Amino acid sequence: MGTAVKHEPGARVTPARRRGIAIEKNRARRVIKCVTINRSAEDLYRFWRRLENLPFFARHLISVKETSPTESHWVAKSPAGTTAEWDAVIVKETPNEYIAWESNPGSEIDNAGSVRFRPAPANQGTEVMVTLEYIPPVGALGALIARLYGEEPDIQVEEDLARFKAFMETGEIPTTVNQPVGSGARTSRAA
Amino acid sequence: MKALCWHGKRDVRVERVPDPKIINPSDAVIRVTSTAICGSDLHLYNGFMPTLKEGDILGHEFMGEVVDIGRNVKKLAVGDRVVVPFNISCGACWYCQHQEFSLCDNSNPNAVLNANLNGFTTAGLFGYSHLYGGYAGGQAEFVRVPFADVGPIKVPGELSDDQALFLSDIFPTGYQAAESCNIQPGHIVAIWGCGPVGQFAIRSAFLLGAHKVVAIDNIPERMVMAEQAGAVTISSSENVHEALKEITGGRGPDSCIDAVGMEAHGSMYDSVKHTMRLENDRPVVLRQAMRICRKGGTVSIPGVYSGFIDKIPFGVAFAKGLTLRMGQTHVQKYMRPLLDRIQRGEIDPSFVITHRLPLANGDEAYATFARKEQGCIKVVLKPDAPPTPKPELETLTRAPLDRETFATPRSKRLQPR
Repeated sequence: MGTAVKHEPGARVTPARRRGIAIEKNRARRVIKCVTINRSAEDLYRFWRRLENLPFFARHLISVKETSPTESHWVAKSPAGTTAEWDAVIVKETPNEYIAWESNPGSEIDNAGSVRFRPAPANQGTEVMVTLEYIPPVGALGALIARLYGEEPDIQVEEDLARFKAFMETGEIPTTVNQPVGSGARTSRAA
Repeated sequence: MKALCWHGKRDVRVERVPDPKIINPSDAVIRVTSTAICGSDLHLYNGFMPTLKEGDILGHEFMGEVVDIGRNVKKLAVGDRVVVPFNISCGACWYCQHQEFSLCDNSNPNAVLNANLNGFTTAGLFGYSHLYGGYAGGQAEFVRVPFADVGPIKVPGELSDDQALFLSDIFPTGYQAAESCNIQPGHIVAIWGCGPVGQFAIRSAFLLGAHKVVAIDNIPERMVMAEQAGAVTISSSENVHEALKEITGGRGPDSCIDAVGMEAHGSMYDSVKHTMRLENDRPVVLRQAMRICRKGGTVSIPGVYSGFIDKIPFGVAFAKGLTLRMGQTHVQKYMRPLLDRIQRGEIDPSFVITHRLPLANGDEAYATFARKEQGCIKVVLKPDAPPTPKPELETLTRAPLDRETFATPRSKRLQPR
C-alpha cells in the first residue's frame, strides 16, 4: 500500500473548483492509496469501470447503479447505519488507464475520485492508484460524512484496496466471518 | 465439535463449538485425524503473542481427511487424506508465485492491521492470533482450510499419520533453516535449541551435507535425541563460546541456527524486561550466535520473534559480514520434496513424538509440554480418542527414551572443561 495524504490543508479539489462550487478549500480532504495487483491493467480497468462492482470490495457502499454510460447513482452507509445518496458522473477516462468521477453539483456529499492503472516493471502486475477527495460539510451532515469515511478514511481505503486486490488475484476475499469460536466470544467475529 | 480454545495466559480448554463450514469457494473442511502442539503455540499459551481473543481455536500442525470442498476446489476430493501447511497462501499473488508462500499478500483478512505493524501484511496462519488473520486452528475435530488447492497435499496410503504430520510445519521449518545456511563441504553448523524444530534442523543439516552439527540445549532427553541423529551436544550451561571454538578448530561455526526464539532463558536482564513488558522478546541465543559465528557466516533464525529486542550486537554482525536469514517457513515449497525424502526412507519424522494424547486432554498436554515434564518433546493429539481420566494419563503417554538411552555416549559428549 502506498502513501496516504490526509487532511491536507489546501488540497486541490479539482472537480468542485472546476465547476465553481463555493467551497472552503482548506477543509478539503484527500486520500491517496496505491497497491500493485498481479493482473493486467485491462482486467482491472474492466472490473472497475463497471461501477456496480465497487460495493463488492468497498464496504461503505451499499450500491452503485449506472444510469447512463457515464452517470451513476451511489448509496453509501456509515458504520452507524445511516445512509447517504448522490449522483455522480464520469468526467474523464482513458480505457485501461484512468477513470475519474465526481458528484453532481448540489449533492449532499461533494466528492470525487479517480483510479489510475499503470503497468508495474518486470511483469509484476499493475500499479493501481486511487485518489478520493471530499469536502466534509459542516453540521450534522459533516458528522455523517466523518462516519461514512470512518475515523481514519485512509485505513478504510487501504482495506478496500486490499479486498480489491485479493478478489482480482484469487477470485475471493479472505474472511473468518462465521467460523467457529469457543466460549467467551459472543458470536463469530469479523476479525 | 470439540476444539481447543484459548482463554488467557496458560488457560486453554477443550470445549464444544459449532462445526466449521465452507465459507469461500476455494475452502475445504478437513476432519482432523492428528494434530500436534508446536513450540510456537507455547508463545500463545504463555501470553507473549498480542491480538489473541478469548475463545480462539489454536493449532497449526494438523492433517486429516477432506469432508467437504468449495465449488472452486479442483485438486482435492472428499475422502482425500491430506496434510496441511500452517501458513495460508493464495497461490496467485507475486509472492506465492515466487514460492515465498509465508509472505502471501492475500490470505490475511486483517491485512491492514498486520501492515500497520510490519509495514506490509504477511500470510494468514491457522490459530495464531488476529494479527495473522484470526483463522480457527486445527486442534479440533474439524477445521476449515482456505485456498485448499494451494496448501494441502495428499498423503500416500503407506505413510502413517505420525510420519506425515510434521510436513505441516516443523520438518519444513527445520529444513528451511538448514537450507538457508548454504551448507558446503566441510561446514560445521551450530544449532541452539533441541526442541522439535532444532531436531529437524539437525537432521536436515546432515541431509544437506553438513560435516558436523553441534547442538546446544540443557535438557538431557533432548540432547540425547540430538546425539541419536549424530550431533555433538553442548550444554547451554557450559561456556558455549569456548566449547564451539574448540570443536571448530578455532574458526567458529560456518553457520548458526537459532531454533529457540523469543522465549530463550538465561539472561536476568531480558527476563526482567520481558516480564515488565519492556521488551517483547528475549534474544539471548541470537546474541550468542552472532558473536560465535565465523566471519562471513550465516545466522539462520527459524525461532519465532514477534516484536522488539534489545542489545543486539549489530556491530558484530556488520564487522564480520554475517548473513542473517529468517522468517516464517514457506511450507508449500518444501512439502513435496520432503514427502519424497520420507518415502525414500531418508528420514522418518515420527522419531520426535514422545507423547500421544486424546484432544480432550489438550489442556494437560499443553501444561506437560510447556513445563517440559515427563521427557516431553513433541505431543500429538488425537481428536477421535476418548478423553482419558487424569490418573491414567501417565499410562497413555509414551516415553521412547528409557533411562538407558538417556545415558549419553561419552564419545559424543564434549569433555567437561
